[in-house]
Amino acid sequence: MTLRIRVQHAFAGFDLDVDADLPAGVSVLFGPSGSGKTTVINAVAGLIRPDQGRIVVDGWVLTDTASRHNIAPHRRRIGYIFQDARLFPHLSVRQNLAYGRWFAPRDAQATSMDRTVEMLGIGHLLSRRPATLSGGEKQRVAIGRALLSGPRLILADEPLAALDEARKAEILPYFERLRDEVAVPILYVSHASAEVARLATTVVALRAGRVIACGPPAQVLGDVGVVGARGAASLLTAQVVAHHADGLTELATAAGRLWLPRIADAAGATLRVRIMAQDVILSRDRPAGLSALNILQGTISDLRLGDGPGVMVTLAVGEDRLAARITRRSAEALGLAPGQTCHAVIKSVAVAPDDIGTGLRASPASRD
Amino acid sequence: MGGDWANWLGPAEWQAVRLSVRVAFWATVVSLPLGIFVAYALARWDFWGKQLLNGIVHLPLILPPVVTGYLLLITFGRRGPVGEFLDAWFGIVLSFRWTGAAVAAAIMAFPLMVRAIKLAIEAVDPKLEAAASTLGASRAWVFATVTLPLILPGIIAGSILAFAKAIGEFGATITFVSNIPGQTQTIPSAIYAFLQVPGGQDQATRLVIIAVAIAMAALILSEYLARRVAKRVAGS
Repeated sequence: MTLRIRVQHAFAGFDLDVDADLPAGVSVLFGPSGSGKTTVINAVAGLIRPDQGRIVVDGWVLTDTASRHNIAPHRRRIGYIFQDARLFPHLSVRQNLAYGRWFAPRDAQATSMDRTVEMLGIGHLLSRRPATLSGGEKQRVAIGRALLSGPRLILADEPLAALDEARKAEILPYFERLRDEVAVPILYVSHASAEVARLATTVVALRAGRVIACGPPAQVLGDVGVVGARGAASLLTAQVVAHHADGLTELATAAGRLWLPRIADAAGATLRVRIMAQDVILSRDRPAGLSALNILQGTISDLRLGDGPGVMVTLAVGEDRLAARITRRSAEALGLAPGQTCHAVIKSVAVAPDDIGTGLRASPASRD
Repeated sequence: MGGDWANWLGPAEWQAVRLSVRVAFWATVVSLPLGIFVAYALARWDFWGKQLLNGIVHLPLILPPVVTGYLLLITFGRRGPVGEFLDAWFGIVLSFRWTGAAVAAAIMAFPLMVRAIKLAIEAVDPKLEAAASTLGASRAWVFATVTLPLILPGIIAGSILAFAKAIGEFGATITFVSNIPGQTQTIPSAIYAFLQVPGGQDQATRLVIIAVAIAMAALILSEYLARRVAKRVAGS
């Protein structure tokens, strides 16, 4: 599956001009509010008609303004998960779930109600009304409703933005399951880089209606031009080795062992760990006598000066890249240069549970 | 007491009550689909002449009822352009018939009905309708499965209000279809007629009590139903 989006739309404040070619998986439209993300997915859903544009899902042309072609929203077979859930207040949870299914063509009803209900853990809610559900429960029902309509593409517009941190942590794993267990591509809108790090296979960074970067999350999230020097982060692929009695989980990476606060996933699971560049300390020699547990070895692949006193140093660790944000003074004092071997020190507690996503290469059978 | 109750009203009074209920019922039922349509158009669509339509719908509320009745007479009367056409092609005569009373009542009650339903439609979040369309529902299905259930309290309130207004309609009715006992003499016309003859005061009083009772019952019922349905719709 591929999703080809070309949308131009004029607003009072700015012009939206987006052109993106997205592969299968989870594509995240990433940017601050007002950057045009929601307009893009509303155009894909057919809820707004762009001034100019062409939207093609897997060779199926949904919108083509040049030939005045436009498929009505209800014929697009798109499952849309809204920020505000938008459950029908006059229907029970069960009726809400069945709503889209009723309109789906027979061959699209393969997704079973029982399996969806079980996957989302909403079996005990079926006879309730939406008004009696918590925000997290509503959003889980909304995911199920979209899924059961037999969509060819799932759209999610900041589905976690209205939830508090605890509820976010409750819902994110369901999107990971959706990505890994349901073979439907997802276009996901978010302004939170933690969500991008956990979910995305492709990131499209938007600012003021323009695409400023597009690519795999490790690349876009490390791009100072997209996330700013303070927001720059790296993604490391890691495998759970063991859970230890002192509350730490031991992980294997291409550059050595990582010790992080207890992770729920079982041994063998592949994870994606987000490490903020400003949480990494560099050392030419392997440091000793440090409280920090994690010392990863890599080769300097890039040194980039910023406008301020900072330098972004990128280490190659196996297939991954690890960025460290240090001062220019330190870089000069250490005499850092590309090609050198270097040690990166990371405090275990600097990595929040938020930063750890169930990895894309995990096989579904290895979890639960 | 049961026997007394039946005899409490004289035959002429009973006739007026029965006729009023029949006229008001049909006036409400027949104008309801059009009322929903017009309310939806006014609430949701932008079209040329929207203000004009809004004005026409509300006109009976502002015009003297006699004027509305007279306009009906010259339009739907046997010699009127529409009346002549209906008579010649369908054999339908409205003037001086109970059906004419129903038309007059429907037109006078229409603004009340449309206002109540329009308010309900404006309270429905269009985002819910957009969500339904992404789930595969066509416009007609969205209306039937989302909009209609959500505006049901407004439809009920509007219908009952229109029914009560139709029961009480006097000016346009008497101008258009006159005051013929058994044919076009509704409760208000009958009260008026009884007050014109000596000794008719008792009969008029009994009809006044009935009119007040019907109006009160309609208001209480509409409040109750609207609240009940609103509760069911909100799901709390």
